[in-house]
Amino acid sequence: MTQLLLFNVFNGLIIGAFYALMALGLSLILNLSGVINFAHGGFLAIGGYLAYTLQPYLGFWGALLASPFLVALIGIAIERVLIRPLYGRDPLYGLLLTFGLAFMIEDGTRFIWGAQSLPYQIPGWLAAPLSSEYFFLTGYRVFMMILVAAAVLGLFVILNHTRLGLRIRAGTLDLETVSVLGVNVRVLRSLNFGLGIYLAGLAGVLAVGMLGLQPTIGDNLIMPSFIAIIVGGLGSLPGTLAGGILIGVVSGVTTVFLPSASEAVMYVMMAAVLIVRPRGLLGEEGRF
Amino acid sequence: MPRLDKRAGDVLIWFLLLTAPYWLPAAGSYVELGTRVVVYALAVTALNFLLGYTGVLSFGHAAYFGLGAYGTALTIKYLIPSTPAGMLVGIVVGTAAAAVIGPMIVRLRGVYFAMCTIAFGQVFYFIAFQWFSLTNGDDGVSAWHRMPLDLGFTSIDILNNSTAFYYFALIMFAICAAAMAFLLRSPFGHTLVAIRENERRARFLGIPVDRHIWMSWVISCFFVSIAGTLFALMNNFVDPRALRWDQSGNFVIMAVLGGMRSFWGPLIGSAIFLVLQDYISSHTENWMSFIGLFFVLIVLFFPRGVLGIMRRRPLS
Repeated sequence: MTQLLLFNVFNGLIIGAFYALMALGLSLILNLSGVINFAHGGFLAIGGYLAYTLQPYLGFWGALLASPFLVALIGIAIERVLIRPLYGRDPLYGLLLTFGLAFMIEDGTRFIWGAQSLPYQIPGWLAAPLSSEYFFLTGYRVFMMILVAAAVLGLFVILNHTRLGLRIRAGTLDLETVSVLGVNVRVLRSLNFGLGIYLAGLAGVLAVGMLGLQPTIGDNLIMPSFIAIIVGGLGSLPGTLAGGILIGVVSGVTTVFLPSASEAVMYVMMAAVLIVRPRGLLGEEGRF
Repeated sequence: MPRLDKRAGDVLIWFLLLTAPYWLPAAGSYVELGTRVVVYALAVTALNFLLGYTGVLSFGHAAYFGLGAYGTALTIKYLIPSTPAGMLVGIVVGTAAAAVIGPMIVRLRGVYFAMCTIAFGQVFYFIAFQWFSLTNGDDGVSAWHRMPLDLGFTSIDILNNSTAFYYFALIMFAICAAAMAFLLRSPFGHTLVAIRENERRARFLGIPVDRHIWMSWVISCFFVSIAGTLFALMNNFVDPRALRWDQSGNFVIMAVLGGMRSFWGPLIGSAIFLVLQDYISSHTENWMSFIGLFFVLIVLFFPRGVLGIMRRRPLS
């Protein structure tokens, strides 16, 4: 029983880390640009598939490094052409556009790489379990946790200790003033979008090592990411991080006792948060 | 573009709707497509009550549409083999769910409201997907069909006669559209528009804004669940795709395509969208890409919709 519980808590942590990684990217874009990026799951899928294609040439590590960067570049290109015209307009249009984009990406990946799921090779020494008793502690899972933690740490270092991060945080509060102070807001939004998409791409590369590749891989992660943002509090990145991990773990623990409710419990948490504390766990008062 | 006289437009639309079963086959189409347009038009008109007239962005209306559909299907299959009874249960279930969820989200605005409606909408998708013993999961509720309407003195065979079912759906659409038009012309409807135009001013005037949004939300979901029941009856089948988020997205794009600020916009939007979808999906396997591209093009080049462009009013 303890082992089952531990297994599911650990599993929940990993899944929660993915939710958090996705949700952080979504949050970054939402906070600065006011766009809910419905296509975020699509970018995750692109990340995974690009890694799959690059792996024979660059190896596991090369693909792991290169793929998220390429996805971020694709993201920046899409932001420039399609999303930039929507800034300052009704949020409805951003939602609809990225919604259509999600369709196109899913269909596009299916067209290029096929509808059947593909296996993704990870180095043998990473795939092996670390302990015979706790079989679920494979090297890859621990490795993923470390990498996600490093990415999140890196994100917060960028936000808190670089000029770019300072501008992103300032722009989140008052973009007009930031613009008046001489910051090129267009470039700022592009870089911020790229940063968000980079996180999605990274989540994609890591996820396919565990789940394998299929065109709909992003679909299962996008809704929990929304919930992570709502639970954690809109406008708060630490809140989003906490929200993602929290719903992952709670959903993992629920699997032990009532497997069929493991999805539903996330929505129950969201409802509870909205009733008791509509601004979310760490959200600011009066932002929305 | 010429400004259509409003009365002439109304007459033209009703004339086309009433004669659809006669000119649709001649136009190389089929009656069922007309029925689908009417059913979706009802759903999108209901969504637009909230979206266009109250100015609140719901991206989760498919949930209440789907609940109406599931309520109808399950009632006819397991409880009472009667079309009106099935519809009644579907409508009650859909509206009740909306009434319960409403208070949790009416305090939210803009993107946040949209995000919460999407997420809450997915709850019902998961229930329909995972409650296998009741809903048969992903395979959907099949092995049932709509029943002929028994009026006491006579019975109307809406089951085998697709033209009769078209008119049944059209009558439901007409009643609901008239009810919504009546509500929008009432002081209540004007209050909703006032909230859309300037929420803060409405609040200062002493209007209980949250309660009005809640009411508008429930009314909108009530009518969308009626559309859902018709959807189930139309297909004699329902599966979880009826209440998934892409369905909600389709509703919103139809409203935008037709024109959110016009009462008939949703009808025109759903007609264009469904005819196009019908055409594309019968010609290519990659219809998802085309629909996605269609979304992108509408947002970038056509955000006011067909009727919005004809009226030439600035986008608010």
